Amino acid sequence: MSGTTAAGNTGALLTATRLRKYFGSTAALNGAGFTIDSGEVVAVMGPSGSGKSTLLHCLAGILEPDGGTVHYDGRELSALSDAERSRLRRGDFGFVFQFGQLVPELTCVENVALSLRLTGVGRGKAESSAMEWMARLEVDDVRDKRPGQVSGGQRQRVAVARALVAGPRLVFADEPTGALDSLNGERVMELLTGAARDTGAAVVLVTHDVRVAAYSDREVVVRDGQALDAATGIGGAP
Amino acid sequence: MSIGNTLLGLLESGPRHGYDLKRLFDERFGHDRPLHYGQVYSTMSRLLRNGLVEVDGVEAGSGPERKRYAITDAGITDVGRWLATPEKPEPYLQNTLYAKVVLALLTGRDAAGLLDVQRNEHLRLMRELTRRKTEGDLADRLVCDHALFHLEADIRWLELATDRLDRLAGEVA
Repeated sequence: MSGTTAAGNTGALLTATRLRKYFGSTAALNGAGFTIDSGEVVAVMGPSGSGKSTLLHCLAGILEPDGGTVHYDGRELSALSDAERSRLRRGDFGFVFQFGQLVPELTCVENVALSLRLTGVGRGKAESSAMEWMARLEVDDVRDKRPGQVSGGQRQRVAVARALVAGPRLVFADEPTGALDSLNGERVMELLTGAARDTGAAVVLVTHDVRVAAYSDREVVVRDGQALDAATGIGGAP
Repeated sequence: MSIGNTLLGLLESGPRHGYDLKRLFDERFGHDRPLHYGQVYSTMSRLLRNGLVEVDGVEAGSGPERKRYAITDAGITDVGRWLATPEKPEPYLQNTLYAKVVLALLTGRDAAGLLDVQRNEHLRLMRELTRRKTEGDLADRLVCDHALFHLEADIRWLELATDRLDRLAGEVA
């Protein structure tokens, strides 16, 4: 892990410090810290309701924390405008959720290409890149099918292709295998972590499954709203 | 693993020298624990004595004589009987981890810390096996999966024990 400078720029790709997030009077995060370097795969584990998904949403700028800071590549997320944060989420971040969350009206290739279309890439080029990623994720044969017409495992691979097609530096994966059987889950993890390692992308992997966590480089455990590095017992960031 | 039955089973496909048998065993079943030559030759001597294999030929060379072994009918029957007999499931009731937790509680040491350290050690091995599995063929994957499922079961127990530590402390005091 990298050390923090006064400016909060740690040399790490993303650093969160003393995050607090309340839902009503309940503290989902209570001073949680976190850091991830480029190319690292970090598993975030913890019991149900421990705050691990809330942590991921705060790190990704989907939720605004009530206290604390998140620095990505030296920039503090809360200091960015909504438009800048959106641009970051479209260009630098990739997302994989438990149920894929693909657009049901679009075909699989259109879903994957959407990530690029939103950054201004033309349709032909976007779909050509999408097809390359779909082939890599072994779902090029379902290109013209809609998400509802393919299996859960295929849908999740399409979601991984969509997360990676724009060349993100950081992928947020929230229980990416939670809805899959063990064989499909294993394949999705191999493809996700393999592709991330090849492209140098870092992955924040929220999971309750130790077999999935075993694909990571290290583990952070969220307990009572705090995030601790599992190996050292020290907070994920100062 | 019964080395004798396994070597015998490998001989069913045809006669082999002791060295070939060792190589084949290591390739298929040895993984991190290859057989010693001594183990192979002492096992083959026992199988020979029991009439389960016979010497099919001897090659003289510059080194020691190389015996080629063939399985006998009695050997084939023995392999069949072994394959048809279920292995006794391991009851896992003599558990070192449990003993350590209880002793830590009895002596006022940090039982929660012990469980955390063990969990990390298990997860470290799971990472290593997951990497090996990802790079391996189907046989490697199955062998690694067997280990991974057992390690996962241990981790689930470690987490359960962590959750029940306060109650256990009260009971063992």
